[in-house]
Order: sequence, then structure tokens, then C-alpha cells
Amino acid sequence: MSKNSEYLIERENKQYEVIIGLEVHAQVTSESKLFSQSSTKFGAEPNTQVSLVDAAFPGMLPVINEFCIEQAIKTGIGLKAKINKKSVFDRKNYFYADLPQGYQISQYKYPIVGEGKVILDMPNGQKEIGIERLHLEQDAGKSIHDIDPNNTLVDLNRSGVALMEIVSKPDLRSPDEVNVYIKKLRSIMRYLGTCDGNMQEGSLRADVNVSVRLKGETEFGTRCEIKNVNSIKFMQMAIISEANRQIDLLEEGKEIDQETRLFDTKRNETRSMRSKEDAHDYRYFPDPDLLPLEISQELIEKIKSDIPELPDEKKKRFIDKFNLSPYEATILVSDIETSNFFEEVIKNSDVKLATNWITGELFAVLNEKNLEISQSPVSAKNLSKLINLIKDGTISGKIAKTVFEQMIDGDQDPLIIVKEKGLKQESDPKAIEELINKVIENNSDKVAEYKSGKDKLFGFFVGQAMKESKGKGNPQLINKILKEKLNG
Amino acid sequence: MSDITSQSLFELTSNIKEKKLSSEEITKAFISRAEKSKKLNVYVTDNFEKAIDQSKKFDSNPNLDSKLPGIPIAVKDLFCTNGVRTTAGSKILNNFVPTYESTVTQNLWSQGAILLGKLNCDEFAMGSSNETSFFGNVQNPVGENLVPGGSSGGSSAAVAANLTPVTIGTDTGGSIRQPASFTGTVGLKPTYGSCSRYGIVAFASSLDQAGPMTKNVRDCSMLLEVISSFDQKDSTSIDYKRNYYSKELSKDIKGKKIGIPKEYRVDNMPDEIEQLWKNGISYAKDCGAEIIDISLPHTNYALPTYYIVAPAEASSNLARYDGVKYGFRSPGQNLIEMYEKTRSEGFGDEVKRRIMIGTYVLSSGYYDAYYLKAQKVRQLIKKDFDDAFSKVDAILTPSTPSSAFKIGEKTNDPVSMYLNDIFTVPINLAGLPGISIPAGKDKNNYPLGLQVIGKPFDEQNILNISYALEDKINFKNDISDWWLSE
Repeated sequence: MSKNSEYLIERENKQYEVIIGLEVHAQVTSESKLFSQSSTKFGAEPNTQVSLVDAAFPGMLPVINEFCIEQAIKTGIGLKAKINKKSVFDRKNYFYADLPQGYQISQYKYPIVGEGKVILDMPNGQKEIGIERLHLEQDAGKSIHDIDPNNTLVDLNRSGVALMEIVSKPDLRSPDEVNVYIKKLRSIMRYLGTCDGNMQEGSLRADVNVSVRLKGETEFGTRCEIKNVNSIKFMQMAIISEANRQIDLLEEGKEIDQETRLFDTKRNETRSMRSKEDAHDYRYFPDPDLLPLEISQELIEKIKSDIPELPDEKKKRFIDKFNLSPYEATILVSDIETSNFFEEVIKNSDVKLATNWITGELFAVLNEKNLEISQSPVSAKNLSKLINLIKDGTISGKIAKTVFEQMIDGDQDPLIIVKEKGLKQESDPKAIEELINKVIENNSDKVAEYKSGKDKLFGFFVGQAMKESKGKGNPQLINKILKEKLNG
Repeated sequence: MSDITSQSLFELTSNIKEKKLSSEEITKAFISRAEKSKKLNVYVTDNFEKAIDQSKKFDSNPNLDSKLPGIPIAVKDLFCTNGVRTTAGSKILNNFVPTYESTVTQNLWSQGAILLGKLNCDEFAMGSSNETSFFGNVQNPVGENLVPGGSSGGSSAAVAANLTPVTIGTDTGGSIRQPASFTGTVGLKPTYGSCSRYGIVAFASSLDQAGPMTKNVRDCSMLLEVISSFDQKDSTSIDYKRNYYSKELSKDIKGKKIGIPKEYRVDNMPDEIEQLWKNGISYAKDCGAEIIDISLPHTNYALPTYYIVAPAEASSNLARYDGVKYGFRSPGQNLIEMYEKTRSEGFGDEVKRRIMIGTYVLSSGYYDAYYLKAQKVRQLIKKDFDDAFSKVDAILTPSTPSSAFKIGEKTNDPVSMYLNDIFTVPINLAGLPGISIPAGKDKNNYPLGLQVIGKPFDEQNILNISYALEDKINFKNDISDWWLSE
């Protein structure tokens, strides 16, 4: 990475580097919970998706949901990670009102997935972020403090839902990298169908570990963990604020306490939740209700054979096969829906034009209307029709923009728009010559100026001719004939 | 025909099948005796009214092909029973009525049995004398002010006192076999994974097993046949072919190799226990069995290992009783205060002691020295048995180091109480099947038991050996009905 792209925080002649590691909690996409058959659907009435197991009734026992295991393995393969053939579910013991068992079933010493990696496409090249591990665990319920003034209410719908905790190595060095990392992780899981990555619904949240050190240092500084941050923007804000807080302490000659902190989004600052001394003793031990999890090579192979093309591979294919720039390819593969849309469009139309139209006009509209590509007002089919109209010269690029604007309204067929509005490009040389003659006649003074050497006026004549054709004139033809007339 | 309540399960079943007795007659006989036996305090919750209704219903359309046709059965109050209060002997579950049925009890009802009621036990099955129950201690029908053993003390007393034909208990470290030994009855702890733990209030998940408690070995085989089943709702349940235990029951044990472990000859063992064991050995020889001296070198470590593993699991299993969702709650100003008050008031001393031990041994800094070490020793104990079973088919030991003791005698000395389980605990740690059968009496005329330990899933073999020994021993329980009131 080039020097000037480094993210460093400056203090009088000193430069601090920020070290970041993330523990991402990704909700497994599955119909039912990790150890019970209750539904995982988001947004149901409180306490309507709770089984006796989820509410920890006496004598109830957890039974593993094998689909969740497969999802974790799939994700592990997507992270190019080692799948551990034997892993163990442990109990993490602590008391809280929304933790019915009094312990969370998690994986402590022996996670299902070991070391892997994620490749980030940064503006100045690729960077590899190491994955430490991925383990499966149960989510807790939800405590609601703001409905009843005197009581805390508990909703157990989420209790027992399967989460994958994906722990990165402390390889991230800037808020930008965190942004790209989260998006890449989300993208991989969405390609795989293992997590919907919906941050608004809490399907993806992260604990952020931050430490700082002077540039050039090789030892890590003392880290603080910022708990449960649920958007990329807040993660970035929290990192900047926390790194500056730590640097301020160091500058004052103070020490940093290893502690767990919370990010206050309103004040844009982190505050202490508990110090190392107050840290919970979770008394982890293997859950005696569950046997160690054993995974066969056959299952791993079967899942491997079902893995779809992932963003990195797809990007390479797009570059090799379609001659896209790495930048274009990165954008188009960043989201499974986008790449699907792209591939649908180019089935029947020009790749270069499709790339430009999707990353240009279409993205602008989606941005403006705050829509996902899955909600695109223009279908892939109609966009490819529009591109074909440009390609075969039926309409100009400029007219196409007008047509596109109309297409947005109810995904209209561009062929019909062009026909109804008479927007077909004028490509008859005779007709073009006629209107150019008219332009030359009407602007004799400008013609004289041009001929005396004012070359720049050529654009003016093109513009006038276009105007005369009501925008429908074939631009190449207008150029050609104008040149002949003016220079002849 | 002898008095209904003194009949064995086998006799009652035959009499129902031959239409000599109705379910209603039998049910009413047990209820009537129970009503005169309140002094024993075996019931926490009775189900008498419903039981009579169900017996009538059975009689109106009897399914005589079932294995427990219209037989009324009371069960330990650790089994969750749909619509019938289930307390685990604790104040914290004093008002708890499950909406579900444990697999083991469901197996009983599926074979035609009728629930008589829920039997007293030590709180959360933690105890060896039934004295830790929130619902008071149980009297041993063998003698006044004598403990019935524990934790399945209500169960052993109810069988010995003819208050239920048979019952089921649970055994984590001896909770079926020790009370059976104290009351002159038969109790079997099956191989871990034989009987589903679904719906049984958990004490120590890696040790808990439900099992039959009966008057004799044949009844025991009949009941085991019903309750042992593979269950997908319990991840530790094992799918294997279970025997037709009662049909395959045989006294022919000729040529069976029976091991006698020298380490079970503990210091200060009463002579009468030593004598009981010797008698058992000679009976086994009489039956044609071959006696082989064996060694189980890690036996001494079993009790300390057990008192690390079991409390560790218990401390976590009992965390769910927090006053939030069900059961007893003592209000507090905030969540922590509510927890503290609920659990301080809701649990008894022995339960609290074990929660504290368990919490301690799992704490960071102590985990390796206690819990991890105990798990390693547990493996060694298992290996001892594996090695022994390469030479022998079964192992014969005393069930307990003493006969029943007086109520209150050991309540202030937990360690001496724990020592009661010295012969039974290793079997739970190794996950093996073990049965206690009455084998004699001490100088006070209190029953003493012998334990037969088998290979995993070899319940048939230990039942057969017990069946043969039972015949030779010809034990008669001498119970005077001293507690009966009119």
C-alpha cells in the first residue's frame, strides 16, 4: 500500500496507527432456531415464536438444527477457512432476564470453523484480512426498558436464534477498511445465502476492538472492545472517537485500561461499560446436553459442490471474459443481486454499454430513490432492450436517457416509448444533409468565423443540428456531413 | 389372592389380563392404602381423583395387549407430568405445572399405566436421605424415623410400603440404588443414554438416568422394557436395539464371569456388609458363575470426581430458576435483588451448597485444577471398567457401605452423607448399568443390598444375574405397617 493512503492520526510530530479487529455477529438464515423448531421470522408479535426449549422450561433439552451447521460450514468455505471436523458446544454462564437458560450455548475452545481470509478491494489495491475463527451460538432475547415505566419487558422471539460469530484478526487499519470489510463479508454471506446481512433488523452487528500505537511500533497497544455496534457508519464513528480517546490518554502520559465500552451515537463518544476487573467470569464448560459436533468429509464435500461462484471469482471472470476494468468488476460483483442483474442484462446486449448503464444511470436512480437493485424500477429485460436500441443505432445515447427516464415509471418497454414518441434516430443522410444546410444558412456569420480558423465553433454547429433534429439526428452522421460541408 | 397392594407388577398385570381384577379395584386399593399412610409423607402431589377416572375409563375399554394395562403408578416428582404439578422437591417449583410430559412417563402411559401421583424426593435430587426436600422428609417403612435413602426416597418408600406397584426414579450418583438398598427393594440405573432425559428436571446432565424401582427383579425387567427408548428430543439418547427384558429374563447364569473388585473393600466397612458380599459371592458360585478377582484402581477418586462434575453441571442447570419465567419469585427493587431473593428463598441449603461448589470449580483460575482434572479422572474410572469388562461379564459389590440411618443423623455432616454413594457413584461416572437387589439384613433387621454392575447396554445380563441371586437369597422384607392410620 502506498504511503499516502495510510490512515494515521497526527499529534504534534507524532503519527498513530489504529489497529482494529472485528467480531461480527451474523444471524444465520434458517427457518428455525439453532436448538429448537421455533420460527426465526423477524417482526412477529413479542413472545409468539418461543418454544419450551427457548424459554428454558425444566427438563427441556437442546437438539441441534443441522441446517444451521451446514450454513456455518458454507460460510466457512466462503471465507476460505478450515472446517473443523470436531467442534464442541459450550455453556457461557451468566444471569440476565432475556437469557432464559442462565447460559448461552456457544462454542468456546473448539469452534466449527478455523482460520480463513477475506480479500478487500481498496482503491490502491487488494488487502487480505485474516479470519481467526467462526463459531455458532444462540442469540439472547430482547429486554425492553422503555414501554413500561416500572418494569423491564422481555421478548424471547430472538432467544435461541442461530448466530455466527466471525472473528477477524487485528488486521484492519482504518475506518475505510472496516467499511469495505463489512460489506465484503456481507456480500459473501449473501452470495451463499447464509445471512441476509440486514443491519436494520439486527442480522449483522459487531463488537469492535480498537487499539493504537505509534507508527513503526510492532507491539500492539492495550485494546478496548466496543460492544454491539449495528451500522457501518456507527462502527466508523466509534473507531475514530475511540482511537482519539486512546491517543489523548497516551499523550497525557496515561495508561489505557483494557475494558468493554459502549458507543453513544448521540454524543459520538464511547463510554466505559465494565473494566477488566469487572469482566464476567462466564464459567465456560462443554454443554453436557449436546455431544461434540462431528462433521464428515462427505458433508463438507457435498456443501463445497453446492457453493456458488463467489465475488472474488466472479470479479476475475468479469475481467477476463468481459474485459471490464477491476473497478467496474468490483462494483458489479459487490452484491449478488447486482451481479445477477448485470448478467441478466448482458445475456442479450452489449457488455460495455450494460456496464456503463448499470453503474451510471441505474445506480443514480437507485441512489436517488433509496432502492436496492432487487427493487429496481427498470427490469433487466427492458434495460437490455434499451441498450440494443442504442447499439443498433435506433436511438442515440442522449435520446436513450430520455427514454430511460420514462421507463422508470412502471418499467415500460423502451421499444414502445421510442415508437409512440417518435424518438427513432434520424439516420437518413439526405434528411441530415437537409437540416445541416438549414443550420449553415441560418448561421452564415458563424460559418465565416469558423472558416477563418475558429475551429472550436464546430461543436456549436453539431449542437444546432441536433436541436434542429429534435435530438433524433444520428450524431455520427451529423458530424460526418457537417465536416464535409464546412471543410469542403 | 393376596392383598392387592402387596402384589407384584407381574401378578397385577396377570390378574388384569385374566380379568380377575379391574383397574379400578387396583387403583382404589392403592389410593385407600395411601390415605392411611400419610405419615410416610411419600406424596408431594396426588392424582387420585383423575386416576380413578382413568381406571374406570380403562376398564370400560381395556387394552389388554399393553404392557402395563390399567396399572396405577406413582412417579418421582422429578418427571414433568402434563397438567400435574412438578416440584423436584423444591420451593422454587412449588407452583409449577408443566404443559408437557417427560418421555419416560409418556412411555408408561402409552402402555396403559395410570398416574397415581408424584413422589417426594430430595430437592433437585440432591441428597441421599430425602431430607433435603422442601416437602419434608420421608419415613422408611422398614422402621420409624429411618431415612428411606435418596434422592428417590419417596419412590423407594412407596414401593416398600405397597403404595405403588412399581415406580420410576432417577439416579445421578446412586439415587435409585441406594434407596432401594435402604428399603429392601430393587432399583436399576440403566446405561447412560438408554432412557430419555427429556422432561426430567435436570440435576447433572451427563450423569442423570431414569430407572425402574420395584419389589422384585422380574417387575424391574418389565418396567425397564417400557421406559427404555430412543428419543430424538434428547441428543444424548442412544439408538440401539433394546432387549425384550422380561421375556429374555433367565436364571441361567452358568459360566458367567463375575468380578469382585478389591477396591470396594473400604476401610471401616461393617462386618455385616462384608458378610453380605461373601454370601452373594457364594450364591453366584452356586448358580454356576465363575468368580474372578479384579481391580478398579481409581475407585478412590470417584467420589471427589463426582462432587466436582455433578455440582458443576448442576450450578449451570439450575441457573434457569431465576424467578423470571415460571416458579417461585420473590420481588426485588431491581433485577439483581429479585434474583438474589428468589434464589436465596427458593433453594434449600444442600442445593445452594452444590451451586456454590459448582460455580467455584468452573471459575476461571480453578477450572483446570478441578473441573478439567475431574473430567480426566472420570476417563480413568471409565477405563478401569473397560479393562475389567475385558475379563468379566459383570461386577458384584455391596450397594451401600451401611444400612439405613436415622433421620437427622447425618444432616449436619454433608461429607458423611456423601460417603453413602461411594459404591454407586463410579457407575454413573462410567455411564454403566447397575442394579441393587435386597440381599440380607443387618443386626437391626434393616435391609442391605448388593449391586450388580454391567457392561454398557448389557442390562439383560445384570437382570439375569440378579434374578438368579434373588432366587438364592430369598429375601423377605419385614415390614410391620407401623405407620398405618385409620
